[in-house]
Amino acid sequence: MAYLPHNDERRRAMLKTIGVGSIDDLLRPIPSEIRQQGPIDIPPALAESDVDLLAEQLAAKNAVAGGFDSFLGGGIYDHYIPAAVDHVAARSEFYTAYTPYQPEVAQGTLQATYEYQSMVRRLTGMEVAQASMYDGGSATAEAALLAMAETGRGKIVIAGALNPRYRSILETYLSAQTVTIETANRPDGSTDFDRLAQLVDDNAACVIMSSPNYFGGLEDWARGAEIAHARGALLIAVFHPISLGLLRSPGECGADVAVGEGQCLGNPPAFGGPLLGLFATRKKFIRRLPGRLVGKTVDARGVMAFVTTLQTREQHIRREKATSNICTAQALLATRAAIYMAMLGKQGITTLAKTCLDRAHYLAENIARIPGYSVPFGPAFFNEFVVEAPANARTILARLRQQRILGGIELAGRFPGFDRRFLVCVTEKHSRATLDRFVAALREAGQQAGAGASDSMTVGGAAAR
Amino acid sequence: MIIKDNLRYTKDHEWLDIQGDTGTIGITDFAQGELGDVVYVELPAVGTAVKAGEPFGTIEAVKAVSELYAPVSGTVSEVNTRLADEANLVNQDCYGAGWMIKIKIANAAEANALLSPKDYSQLVEQH
Repeated sequence: MAYLPHNDERRRAMLKTIGVGSIDDLLRPIPSEIRQQGPIDIPPALAESDVDLLAEQLAAKNAVAGGFDSFLGGGIYDHYIPAAVDHVAARSEFYTAYTPYQPEVAQGTLQATYEYQSMVRRLTGMEVAQASMYDGGSATAEAALLAMAETGRGKIVIAGALNPRYRSILETYLSAQTVTIETANRPDGSTDFDRLAQLVDDNAACVIMSSPNYFGGLEDWARGAEIAHARGALLIAVFHPISLGLLRSPGECGADVAVGEGQCLGNPPAFGGPLLGLFATRKKFIRRLPGRLVGKTVDARGVMAFVTTLQTREQHIRREKATSNICTAQALLATRAAIYMAMLGKQGITTLAKTCLDRAHYLAENIARIPGYSVPFGPAFFNEFVVEAPANARTILARLRQQRILGGIELAGRFPGFDRRFLVCVTEKHSRATLDRFVAALREAGQQAGAGASDSMTVGGAAAR
Repeated sequence: MIIKDNLRYTKDHEWLDIQGDTGTIGITDFAQGELGDVVYVELPAVGTAVKAGEPFGTIEAVKAVSELYAPVSGTVSEVNTRLADEANLVNQDCYGAGWMIKIKIANAAEANALLSPKDYSQLVEQH
Protein backbone atom coordinates (compact mmCIF):
# COMPACT_ATOMS: atom_id res chain seq x y z
CA MET A 1 0.00 0.00 0.00
CA ALA A 2 1.31 3.44 -0.87
CA TYR A 3 1.49 5.91 1.98
CA LEU A 4 0.81 8.77 -0.40
CA PRO A 5 -2.78 9.93 -0.06
CA HIS A 6 -2.78 11.85 -3.35
CA ASN A 7 -3.26 10.03 -6.64
CA ASP A 8 -3.27 11.73 -10.04
CA GLU A 9 -7.03 12.10 -10.03
CA ARG A 10 -7.02 13.91 -6.68
CA ARG A 11 -4.15 16.14 -7.73
CA ARG A 12 -6.07 17.14 -10.90
CA ALA A 13 -9.15 17.87 -8.81
CA MET A 14 -7.21 20.06 -6.40
CA LEU A 15 -5.46 21.96 -9.19
CA LYS A 16 -8.79 22.54 -10.90
CA THR A 17 -10.33 23.84 -7.67
CA ILE A 18 -7.64 26.51 -7.27
CA GLY A 19 -7.67 27.26 -10.98
CA VAL A 20 -4.24 26.20 -12.26
CA GLY A 21 -3.46 23.70 -14.98
CA SER A 22 -0.48 21.83 -13.52
CA ILE A 23 1.93 21.65 -10.56
CA ASP A 24 4.47 23.53 -12.71
CA ASP A 25 1.96 26.37 -13.20
CA LEU A 26 1.46 26.46 -9.45
CA LEU A 27 5.21 26.76 -8.79
CA ARG A 28 5.89 29.26 -11.59
CA PRO A 29 6.40 32.26 -9.21
CA ILE A 30 9.49 30.49 -7.81
CA PRO A 31 12.52 31.34 -10.01
CA SER A 32 13.61 28.26 -11.97
CA GLU A 33 17.26 28.57 -10.89
CA ILE A 34 16.37 27.86 -7.26
CA ARG A 35 13.98 25.02 -8.04
CA GLN A 36 15.06 21.40 -7.82
CA GLN A 37 15.42 20.05 -11.35
CA GLY A 38 15.02 16.32 -11.80
CA PRO A 39 14.84 13.69 -9.09
CA ILE A 40 16.58 14.08 -5.73
CA ASP A 41 19.80 12.09 -5.53
CA ILE A 42 19.22 9.58 -2.75
CA PRO A 43 20.25 5.93 -2.62
CA PRO A 44 17.73 3.26 -3.58
CA ALA A 45 15.39 1.73 -1.01
CA LEU A 46 16.90 -0.84 1.38
CA ALA A 47 15.43 -3.81 3.17
CA GLU A 48 14.49 -3.15 6.79
CA SER A 49 17.31 -5.39 8.03
CA ASP A 50 19.84 -3.45 5.90
CA VAL A 51 18.59 -0.12 7.27
CA ASP A 52 18.99 -1.54 10.76
CA LEU A 53 22.56 -2.56 10.03
CA LEU A 54 23.39 0.81 8.52
CA ALA A 55 21.96 2.62 11.55
CA GLU A 56 23.99 0.41 13.89
CA GLN A 57 27.17 1.15 11.94
CA LEU A 58 26.51 4.87 12.13
CA ALA A 59 25.66 4.69 15.85
CA ALA A 60 28.89 2.79 16.54
CA LYS A 61 30.82 5.91 15.51
CA ASN A 62 29.64 7.55 18.75
CA ALA A 63 31.70 7.11 21.87
CA VAL A 64 29.51 6.59 24.92
CA ALA A 65 30.59 7.44 28.44
CA GLY A 66 30.11 3.82 29.53
CA GLY A 67 32.97 2.74 27.24
CA PHE A 68 35.40 5.10 28.98
CA ASP A 69 36.45 6.12 32.44
CA SER A 70 34.91 9.58 32.27
CA PHE A 71 36.02 12.44 34.50
CA LEU A 72 33.97 15.02 32.61
CA GLY A 73 31.77 17.34 34.66
CA GLY A 74 31.44 21.10 34.25
CA GLY A 75 27.69 21.13 34.87
CA ILE A 76 26.66 17.73 33.51
CA TYR A 77 27.41 14.70 35.68
CA ASP A 78 27.55 10.95 35.27
CA HIS A 79 25.95 9.46 38.37
CA TYR A 80 24.54 6.00 38.85
CA ILE A 81 20.84 5.80 37.97
CA PRO A 82 18.90 3.08 39.81
CA ALA A 83 16.95 0.84 37.43
CA ALA A 84 13.70 1.77 39.15
CA VAL A 85 14.02 5.36 37.83
CA ASP A 86 13.84 4.13 34.23
CA HIS A 87 11.11 1.64 35.08
CA VAL A 88 8.76 4.02 36.88
CA ALA A 89 9.37 6.98 34.56
CA ALA A 90 8.71 4.81 31.50
CA ARG A 91 5.17 4.07 32.61
CA SER A 92 2.91 5.50 29.93
CA GLU A 93 1.07 7.69 32.45
CA PHE A 94 4.31 9.63 33.04
CA TYR A 95 6.11 9.32 29.74
CA THR A 96 5.60 12.77 28.33
CA ALA A 97 7.64 15.94 28.02
CA TYR A 98 4.53 18.02 28.63
CA THR A 99 2.71 19.39 31.62
CA PRO A 100 -1.02 19.23 31.06
CA TYR A 101 -3.31 22.12 30.23
CA GLN A 102 -6.36 20.17 31.36
CA PRO A 103 -5.42 19.27 34.91
CA GLU A 104 -8.63 17.42 35.60
CA VAL A 105 -7.59 14.66 33.21
CA ALA A 106 -3.97 14.44 34.30
CA GLN A 107 -3.93 14.24 38.07
CA GLY A 108 -1.07 11.72 38.11
CA THR A 109 1.28 13.89 36.06
CA LEU A 110 0.39 16.90 38.17
CA GLN A 111 0.99 15.00 41.38
CA ALA A 112 4.42 13.90 40.10
CA THR A 113 5.28 17.54 39.39
CA TYR A 114 3.94 18.60 42.77
CA GLU A 115 6.15 16.00 44.50
CA TYR A 116 9.13 17.18 42.43
CA GLN A 117 8.50 20.80 43.46
CA SER A 118 8.18 19.77 47.11
CA MET A 119 11.49 17.89 47.04
CA VAL A 120 13.35 20.71 45.27
CA ARG A 121 11.95 23.10 47.85
CA ARG A 122 13.17 20.94 50.72
CA LEU A 123 16.55 20.30 49.12
CA THR A 124 17.19 24.02 48.62
CA GLY A 125 15.64 25.20 51.88
CA MET A 126 13.47 27.66 49.95
CA GLU A 127 9.74 28.32 50.31
CA VAL A 128 8.53 27.52 46.81
CA ALA A 129 9.85 25.71 43.74
CA GLN A 130 8.32 25.80 40.28
CA ALA A 131 7.70 22.91 37.89
CA SER A 132 11.19 23.03 36.26
CA MET A 133 12.91 24.90 33.44
CA TYR A 134 15.01 23.98 30.40
CA ASP A 135 18.38 23.89 32.14
CA GLY A 136 20.48 25.47 34.87
CA GLY A 137 21.56 28.26 32.52
CA SER A 138 18.06 29.38 31.59
CA ALA A 139 17.01 29.09 35.23
CA THR A 140 19.88 31.44 36.14
CA ALA A 141 18.86 33.94 33.46
CA GLU A 142 15.21 33.80 34.56
CA ALA A 143 16.32 34.41 38.14
CA ALA A 144 18.16 37.53 36.96
CA LEU A 145 15.00 38.71 35.18
CA LEU A 146 13.03 38.15 38.38
CA ALA A 147 15.54 40.22 40.34
CA MET A 148 15.48 43.02 37.76
CA ALA A 149 11.67 43.11 37.75
CA GLU A 150 11.50 43.03 41.54
CA THR A 151 14.07 45.74 42.19
CA GLY A 152 13.56 47.85 39.06
CA ARG A 153 17.37 47.93 38.71
CA GLY A 154 19.65 47.14 35.77
CA LYS A 155 22.95 45.78 37.05
CA ILE A 156 23.94 42.17 37.64
CA VAL A 157 27.04 41.23 39.58
CA ILE A 158 28.52 37.78 39.12
CA ALA A 159 30.53 36.69 42.15
CA GLY A 160 33.10 33.98 41.51
CA ALA A 161 33.44 31.74 38.48
CA LEU A 162 29.99 31.11 37.02
CA ASN A 163 29.72 28.29 34.48
CA PRO A 164 30.68 30.04 31.20
CA ARG A 165 27.68 28.49 29.45
CA TYR A 166 25.35 30.01 32.02
CA ARG A 167 27.04 33.34 31.44
CA SER A 168 26.45 33.02 27.67
CA ILE A 169 22.79 32.17 28.22
CA LEU A 170 22.44 35.10 30.61
CA GLU A 171 23.94 37.47 28.04
CA THR A 172 21.65 36.12 25.33
CA TYR A 173 18.55 36.50 27.50
CA LEU A 174 19.45 40.04 28.47
CA SER A 175 20.77 41.20 25.11
CA ALA A 176 17.61 43.18 24.34
CA GLN A 177 17.60 44.95 27.70
CA THR A 178 19.61 47.79 29.13
CA VAL A 179 21.70 45.94 31.64
CA THR A 180 25.29 45.82 32.81
CA ILE A 181 26.99 42.65 33.97
CA GLU A 182 30.00 42.97 36.29
CA THR A 183 32.26 40.32 37.72
CA ALA A 184 33.92 40.09 41.15
CA ASN A 185 36.49 37.35 40.62
CA ARG A 186 39.94 36.56 41.90
CA PRO A 187 42.40 34.85 39.52
CA ASP A 188 41.60 31.47 41.08
CA GLY A 189 37.93 31.92 40.22
CA SER A 190 36.76 32.52 43.78
CA THR A 191 34.75 35.54 44.85
CA ASP A 192 36.57 38.79 45.47
CA PHE A 193 34.36 40.03 48.30
CA ASP A 194 36.00 43.48 48.52
CA ARG A 195 35.34 44.03 44.83
CA LEU A 196 31.82 42.62 45.26
CA ALA A 197 31.05 45.14 47.99
CA GLN A 198 32.22 47.94 45.67
CA LEU A 199 30.17 46.69 42.72
CA VAL A 200 26.92 46.17 44.63
CA ASP A 201 25.49 49.67 44.63
CA ASP A 202 21.98 51.12 44.51
CA ASN A 203 21.64 50.05 40.88
CA ALA A 204 22.45 46.36 41.52
CA ALA A 205 19.50 44.04 41.00
CA CYS A 206 21.27 40.90 42.15
CA VAL A 207 24.43 39.03 42.95
CA ILE A 208 24.78 35.68 41.21
CA MET A 209 27.02 33.32 43.17
CA SER A 210 27.67 29.72 42.25
CA SER A 211 28.76 27.19 44.88
CA PRO A 212 30.57 25.05 43.95
CA ASN A 213 31.82 27.57 41.39
CA TYR A 214 32.84 26.48 37.89
CA PHE A 215 36.29 25.43 39.12
CA GLY A 216 34.73 23.35 41.89
CA GLY A 217 35.48 25.82 44.70
CA LEU A 218 32.98 26.28 47.51
CA GLU A 219 31.73 29.84 47.99
CA ASP A 220 30.20 31.69 50.94
CA TRP A 221 26.61 32.42 49.92
CA ALA A 222 25.81 33.90 53.33
CA ARG A 223 28.47 36.58 52.90
CA GLY A 224 27.23 37.26 49.37
CA ALA A 225 23.67 37.57 50.65
CA GLU A 226 24.75 40.03 53.33
CA ILE A 227 26.50 42.26 50.79
CA ALA A 228 23.57 42.06 48.35
CA HIS A 229 20.87 42.70 50.94
CA ALA A 230 22.70 45.68 52.44
CA ARG A 231 22.02 47.54 49.17
CA GLY A 232 18.58 46.11 48.41
CA ALA A 233 19.79 43.57 45.84
CA LEU A 234 18.86 39.87 45.75
CA LEU A 235 21.18 36.90 46.06
CA ILE A 236 20.80 34.27 43.35
CA ALA A 237 22.47 31.08 44.56
CA VAL A 238 23.51 28.63 41.84
CA PHE A 239 23.76 25.22 43.47
CA HIS A 240 24.76 21.63 42.70
CA PRO A 241 21.83 19.54 43.98
CA ILE A 242 23.84 16.57 45.23
CA SER A 243 26.24 18.82 47.15
CA LEU A 244 23.28 19.93 49.27
CA GLY A 245 23.38 16.53 50.94
CA LEU A 246 26.36 17.97 52.85
CA LEU A 247 26.45 21.73 52.46
CA ARG A 248 24.24 24.43 53.93
CA SER A 249 21.32 25.06 51.60
CA PRO A 250 20.75 28.32 49.69
CA GLY A 251 17.72 28.96 51.91
CA GLU A 252 19.76 28.65 55.12
CA CYS A 253 22.33 31.06 53.66
CA GLY A 254 19.76 33.75 52.92
CA ALA A 255 19.46 33.33 49.14
CA ASP A 256 16.43 34.92 47.48
CA VAL A 257 16.45 32.63 44.46
CA ALA A 258 18.12 29.21 44.17
CA VAL A 259 18.79 27.78 40.72
CA GLY A 260 20.73 24.79 39.49
CA GLU A 261 21.14 22.01 37.00
CA GLY A 262 19.07 18.96 37.90
CA GLN A 263 20.39 16.57 35.24
CA CYS A 264 22.46 14.75 37.87
CA LEU A 265 19.26 13.72 39.67
CA GLY A 266 18.41 10.52 37.81
CA ASN A 267 19.05 11.72 34.26
CA PRO A 268 21.92 10.47 32.09
CA PRO A 269 24.55 12.82 30.68
CA ALA A 270 23.59 13.24 27.03
CA PHE A 271 25.63 15.55 24.85
CA GLY A 272 23.63 18.77 24.60
CA GLY A 273 20.81 17.59 26.81
CA PRO A 274 17.98 17.35 27.58
CA LEU A 275 18.76 19.07 30.85
CA LEU A 276 16.65 20.09 33.82
CA GLY A 277 16.57 23.58 35.33
CA LEU A 278 15.81 23.75 39.05
CA PHE A 279 14.27 27.00 40.29
CA ALA A 280 13.19 27.81 43.85
CA THR A 281 12.54 31.08 45.61
CA ARG A 282 10.83 32.88 48.49
CA LYS A 283 7.07 32.98 48.73
CA LYS A 284 7.09 36.76 48.43
CA PHE A 285 8.37 36.48 44.84
CA ILE A 286 5.77 33.90 43.83
CA ARG A 287 4.04 36.25 41.38
CA ARG A 288 7.28 36.78 39.53
CA LEU A 289 8.05 33.06 39.11
CA PRO A 290 8.75 32.04 35.54
CA GLY A 291 7.10 28.92 34.15
CA ARG A 292 4.54 26.75 35.81
CA LEU A 293 3.53 25.96 39.34
CA VAL A 294 1.45 23.00 40.43
CA GLY A 295 -0.57 23.38 43.61
CA LYS A 296 -2.57 21.05 45.82
CA THR A 297 -6.14 21.90 46.78
CA VAL A 298 -9.54 20.27 47.20
CA ASP A 299 -12.30 20.06 44.60
CA ALA A 300 -15.96 21.03 45.08
CA ARG A 301 -16.60 17.75 46.91
CA GLY A 302 -13.66 18.20 49.26
CA VAL A 303 -11.48 15.60 47.50
CA MET A 304 -7.73 16.29 47.20
CA ALA A 305 -6.83 17.60 43.75
CA PHE A 306 -3.81 19.01 41.92
CA VAL A 307 -4.00 22.11 39.73
CA THR A 308 -1.72 24.30 37.68
CA THR A 309 -1.87 27.58 39.52
CA LEU A 310 -0.87 31.20 38.91
CA GLN A 311 -1.50 30.55 35.22
CA THR A 312 -2.26 34.21 34.72
CA ARG A 313 1.47 34.92 34.72
CA GLU A 314 1.96 32.69 31.72
CA GLN A 315 2.31 33.88 28.19
CA HIS A 316 -0.55 31.78 26.83
CA ILE A 317 -2.91 33.92 28.92
CA ARG A 318 -1.22 37.33 28.95
CA ARG A 319 1.55 37.33 26.41
CA GLU A 320 2.75 40.90 26.80
CA LYS A 321 2.66 40.90 30.59
CA ALA A 322 3.86 37.38 31.31
CA THR A 323 6.70 37.04 33.81
CA SER A 324 8.56 34.92 31.26
CA ASN A 325 8.22 33.64 27.72
CA ILE A 326 8.68 30.17 29.12
CA CYS A 327 5.43 28.51 30.11
CA THR A 328 6.64 24.98 29.77
CA ALA A 329 8.58 22.55 31.90
CA GLN A 330 10.91 19.56 31.58
CA ALA A 331 8.13 17.36 32.89
CA LEU A 332 9.68 13.99 32.09
CA LEU A 333 13.11 14.86 33.49
CA ALA A 334 11.51 16.47 36.52
CA THR A 335 9.53 13.27 37.09
CA ARG A 336 12.74 11.26 36.86
CA ALA A 337 14.39 13.62 39.34
CA ALA A 338 11.45 13.19 41.73
CA ILE A 339 11.69 9.39 41.51
CA TYR A 340 15.46 9.55 42.03
CA MET A 341 15.21 11.85 45.05
CA ALA A 342 12.39 9.79 46.54
CA MET A 343 14.47 6.62 46.17
CA LEU A 344 17.60 8.07 47.74
CA GLY A 345 15.82 9.95 50.48
CA LYS A 346 17.48 12.54 52.70
CA GLN A 347 20.01 10.08 54.10
CA GLY A 348 20.80 8.65 50.67
CA ILE A 349 21.64 12.05 49.19
CA THR A 350 23.90 12.78 52.17
CA THR A 351 25.70 9.45 51.73
CA LEU A 352 26.02 10.04 47.99
CA ALA A 353 27.40 13.56 48.52
CA LYS A 354 29.92 12.28 51.04
CA THR A 355 31.06 9.52 48.66
CA CYS A 356 31.59 12.03 45.82
CA LEU A 357 33.46 14.41 48.13
CA ASP A 358 35.70 11.73 49.63
CA ARG A 359 36.62 10.20 46.27
CA ALA A 360 37.25 13.59 44.65
CA HIS A 361 39.58 14.57 47.51
CA TYR A 362 41.32 11.20 47.37
CA LEU A 363 41.97 11.71 43.67
CA ALA A 364 43.11 15.32 44.11
CA GLU A 365 45.61 14.35 46.82
CA ASN A 366 47.05 11.59 44.66
CA ILE A 367 47.29 13.78 41.56
CA ALA A 368 49.07 16.48 43.58
CA ARG A 369 51.73 13.89 44.49
CA ILE A 370 52.59 13.13 40.84
CA PRO A 371 55.77 15.00 39.90
CA GLY A 372 54.94 17.99 37.71
CA TYR A 373 51.24 18.04 38.57
CA SER A 374 49.44 20.25 41.05
CA VAL A 375 45.93 21.10 42.24
CA PRO A 376 46.33 24.87 42.13
CA PHE A 377 43.10 26.12 43.72
CA GLY A 378 41.90 26.02 47.31
CA PRO A 379 41.25 22.88 49.31
CA ALA A 380 37.51 23.58 49.71
CA PHE A 381 35.84 21.79 46.82
CA PHE A 382 33.02 19.29 46.44
CA ASN A 383 33.25 16.91 43.46
CA GLU A 384 35.34 18.88 40.97
CA PHE A 385 38.74 20.50 40.96
CA VAL A 386 41.28 22.03 38.61
CA VAL A 387 44.48 20.14 37.76
CA GLU A 388 47.61 21.81 36.47
CA ALA A 389 49.63 19.51 34.23
CA PRO A 390 53.35 19.67 33.40
CA ALA A 391 52.44 20.15 29.71
CA ASN A 392 49.63 21.43 27.55
CA ALA A 393 46.32 20.04 28.86
CA ARG A 394 45.13 19.19 25.37
CA THR A 395 48.16 16.94 24.83
CA ILE A 396 47.72 15.22 28.18
CA LEU A 397 43.98 14.65 27.61
CA ALA A 398 44.63 13.27 24.11
CA ARG A 399 47.07 10.71 25.54
CA LEU A 400 44.50 9.69 28.18
CA ARG A 401 41.85 9.21 25.50
CA GLN A 402 44.08 6.62 23.86
CA GLN A 403 43.69 4.64 27.08
CA ARG A 404 39.92 5.15 27.02
CA ILE A 405 39.99 7.77 29.74
CA LEU A 406 38.13 11.05 29.32
CA GLY A 407 40.35 12.95 31.71
CA GLY A 408 38.51 16.23 32.10
CA ILE A 409 37.49 19.49 30.45
CA GLU A 410 40.07 21.73 28.83
CA LEU A 411 39.90 25.24 30.23
CA ALA A 412 42.17 27.08 27.80
CA GLY A 413 39.46 28.15 25.35
CA ARG A 414 37.39 30.00 27.94
CA PHE A 415 40.07 31.05 30.38
CA PRO A 416 43.23 32.75 29.08
CA GLY A 417 46.44 31.46 30.62
CA PHE A 418 44.87 28.13 31.54
CA ASP A 419 46.65 26.16 28.79
CA ARG A 420 47.97 23.57 31.20
CA ARG A 421 44.84 23.34 33.34
CA PHE A 422 41.80 21.10 33.11
CA LEU A 423 38.73 20.42 35.21
CA VAL A 424 38.33 16.95 36.73
CA CYS A 425 35.07 15.56 38.13
CA VAL A 426 34.58 12.53 40.38
CA THR A 427 31.33 10.78 41.19
CA GLU A 428 30.31 7.66 43.12
CA LYS A 429 30.68 5.70 39.86
CA HIS A 430 34.47 5.92 40.12
CA SER A 431 35.88 3.00 42.07
CA ARG A 432 39.18 3.25 43.92
CA ALA A 433 40.73 1.12 41.15
CA THR A 434 39.44 3.53 38.49
CA LEU A 435 40.90 6.51 40.35
CA ASP A 436 44.26 4.76 40.78
CA ARG A 437 44.31 3.85 37.09
CA PHE A 438 43.67 7.52 36.26
CA VAL A 439 46.57 8.64 38.46
CA ALA A 440 48.90 6.12 36.79
CA ALA A 441 47.75 7.19 33.32
CA LEU A 442 48.28 10.87 34.22
CA ARG A 443 51.79 10.13 35.48
CA GLU A 444 52.64 8.35 32.26
CA ALA A 445 51.07 11.02 30.06
CA GLY A 446 52.97 13.69 32.00
CA GLN A 447 56.30 11.92 31.46
CA GLN A 448 55.65 11.43 27.75
CA ALA A 449 54.30 14.93 27.22
CA GLY A 450 57.12 16.35 29.35
CA ALA A 451 59.60 15.04 26.81
CA GLY A 452 57.42 16.31 23.97
CA ALA A 453 57.01 19.67 25.66
CA SER A 454 60.74 20.34 25.79
CA ASP A 455 60.93 19.51 22.06
CA SER A 456 58.22 21.93 21.23
CA MET A 457 59.86 24.62 23.37
CA THR A 458 62.98 24.28 21.24
CA VAL A 459 60.92 24.57 18.09
CA GLY A 460 59.04 27.58 19.50
CA GLY A 461 62.33 29.19 20.52
CA ALA A 462 63.72 28.71 17.00
CA ALA A 463 60.62 30.29 15.49
CA ALA A 464 60.97 33.27 17.80
CA ARG A 465 64.51 33.89 16.67
CA MET B 1 -26.21 43.41 41.56
CA ILE B 2 -25.53 46.68 43.35
CA ILE B 3 -25.02 50.01 41.59
CA LYS B 4 -24.64 52.86 44.04
CA ASP B 5 -26.37 56.15 43.34
CA ASN B 6 -23.66 58.38 44.80
CA LEU B 7 -20.83 57.19 42.53
CA ARG B 8 -19.59 57.78 38.98
CA TYR B 9 -18.60 54.88 36.73
CA THR B 10 -16.34 54.05 33.80
CA LYS B 11 -17.27 51.84 30.89
CA ASP B 12 -14.49 49.55 32.13
CA HIS B 13 -16.39 48.93 35.38
CA GLU B 14 -14.48 51.10 37.83
CA TRP B 15 -16.27 53.40 40.26
CA LEU B 16 -15.19 56.84 41.50
CA ASP B 17 -16.27 58.49 44.75
CA ILE B 18 -15.40 62.19 44.83
CA GLN B 19 -15.01 63.89 48.22
CA GLY B 20 -13.55 67.38 47.86
CA ASP B 21 -10.43 67.03 45.72
CA THR B 22 -9.96 63.35 46.61
CA GLY B 23 -11.31 60.49 44.53
CA THR B 24 -11.63 56.91 45.80
CA ILE B 25 -11.48 54.19 43.13
CA GLY B 26 -12.59 50.55 43.06
CA ILE B 27 -14.31 48.10 40.75
CA THR B 28 -18.04 47.53 40.53
CA ASP B 29 -20.16 44.72 41.86
CA PHE B 30 -20.81 43.62 38.28
CA ALA B 31 -17.05 43.44 37.58
CA GLN B 32 -16.19 41.42 40.70
CA GLY B 33 -19.02 39.01 39.89
CA GLU B 34 -17.78 38.52 36.33
CA LEU B 35 -14.17 38.00 37.42
CA GLY B 36 -14.96 35.46 40.11
CA ASP B 37 -12.57 34.81 43.00
CA VAL B 38 -10.07 37.65 43.09
CA VAL B 39 -6.66 36.38 44.19
CA TYR B 40 -4.37 39.35 43.70
CA VAL B 41 -4.53 43.08 43.13
CA GLU B 42 -1.46 44.94 41.93
CA LEU B 43 -1.65 48.63 42.85
CA PRO B 44 0.64 51.61 42.26
CA ALA B 45 2.79 53.22 44.98
CA VAL B 46 1.69 56.41 46.72
CA GLY B 47 2.86 59.38 44.70
CA THR B 48 2.38 57.71 41.31
CA ALA B 49 0.70 59.87 38.67
CA VAL B 50 -2.31 58.25 37.00
CA LYS B 51 -3.98 59.40 33.82
CA ALA B 52 -7.68 59.17 32.94
CA GLY B 53 -8.38 56.10 30.81
CA GLU B 54 -4.96 54.54 31.35
CA PRO B 55 -4.12 51.48 33.48
CA PHE B 56 -3.05 52.07 37.09
CA GLY B 57 -2.89 48.44 38.17
CA THR B 58 -4.11 44.92 37.54
CA ILE B 59 -6.63 42.63 39.13
CA GLU B 60 -6.12 38.90 39.00
CA ALA B 61 -8.80 36.27 39.39
CA VAL B 62 -8.26 32.53 39.21
CA LYS B 63 -8.31 32.30 35.41
CA ALA B 64 -8.12 35.88 34.18
CA VAL B 65 -6.24 39.11 34.68
CA SER B 66 -7.65 42.54 33.90
CA GLU B 67 -6.23 46.02 33.82
CA LEU B 68 -7.59 48.64 36.18
CA TYR B 69 -8.25 51.94 34.39
CA ALA B 70 -8.13 55.33 36.08
CA PRO B 71 -11.47 57.18 35.86
CA VAL B 72 -9.76 60.58 36.17
CA SER B 73 -6.20 61.89 36.28
CA GLY B 74 -4.38 62.63 39.51
CA THR B 75 -1.73 61.52 41.96
CA VAL B 76 -2.10 58.45 44.18
CA SER B 77 -2.48 59.65 47.78
CA GLU B 78 -3.42 56.39 49.50
CA VAL B 79 -3.43 52.67 48.68
CA ASN B 80 -5.60 49.98 50.27
CA THR B 81 -2.78 47.86 51.68
CA ARG B 82 -5.20 45.28 53.12
CA LEU B 83 -5.73 43.98 49.58
CA ALA B 84 -2.17 42.66 49.48
CA ASP B 85 -3.16 39.85 51.84
CA GLU B 86 -6.95 39.92 51.53
CA ALA B 87 -7.67 40.30 47.83
CA ASN B 88 -11.07 38.66 48.34
CA LEU B 89 -12.28 41.86 50.02
CA VAL B 90 -12.95 42.96 46.44
CA ASN B 91 -15.49 40.14 46.15
CA GLN B 92 -16.94 40.64 49.61
CA ASP B 93 -17.33 44.41 49.71
CA CYS B 94 -16.30 46.04 46.45
CA TYR B 95 -17.69 49.48 47.35
CA GLY B 96 -16.36 49.43 50.94
CA ALA B 97 -13.41 47.50 52.32
CA GLY B 98 -12.48 46.44 48.77
CA TRP B 99 -11.63 49.98 47.60
CA MET B 100 -8.28 50.22 45.81
CA ILE B 101 -6.68 53.65 45.67
CA LYS B 102 -7.36 57.26 46.56
CA ILE B 103 -6.07 59.99 44.29
CA LYS B 104 -5.73 63.73 44.50
CA ILE B 105 -7.75 64.73 41.48
CA ALA B 106 -5.85 66.89 38.99
CA ASN B 107 -8.69 67.92 36.73
CA ALA B 108 -12.20 67.74 38.19
CA ALA B 109 -13.76 68.41 34.79
CA GLU B 110 -12.72 64.93 33.63
CA ALA B 111 -15.34 63.47 35.98
CA ASN B 112 -18.06 64.96 33.78
CA ALA B 113 -17.22 62.43 31.09
CA LEU B 114 -17.90 59.49 33.43
CA LEU B 115 -21.11 57.46 33.41
CA SER B 116 -23.95 58.24 35.77
CA PRO B 117 -25.43 55.35 37.82
CA LYS B 118 -28.30 55.23 35.33
CA ASP B 119 -26.02 55.12 32.27
CA TYR B 120 -23.86 52.47 33.92
CA SER B 121 -26.80 50.21 34.72
CA GLN B 122 -27.87 50.48 31.05
CA LEU B 123 -24.37 49.49 30.00
CA VAL B 124 -24.39 46.48 32.31
CA GLU B 125 -27.83 45.37 31.11
CA GLN B 126 -26.45 45.05 27.59
CA HIS B 127 -24.01 42.34 28.78
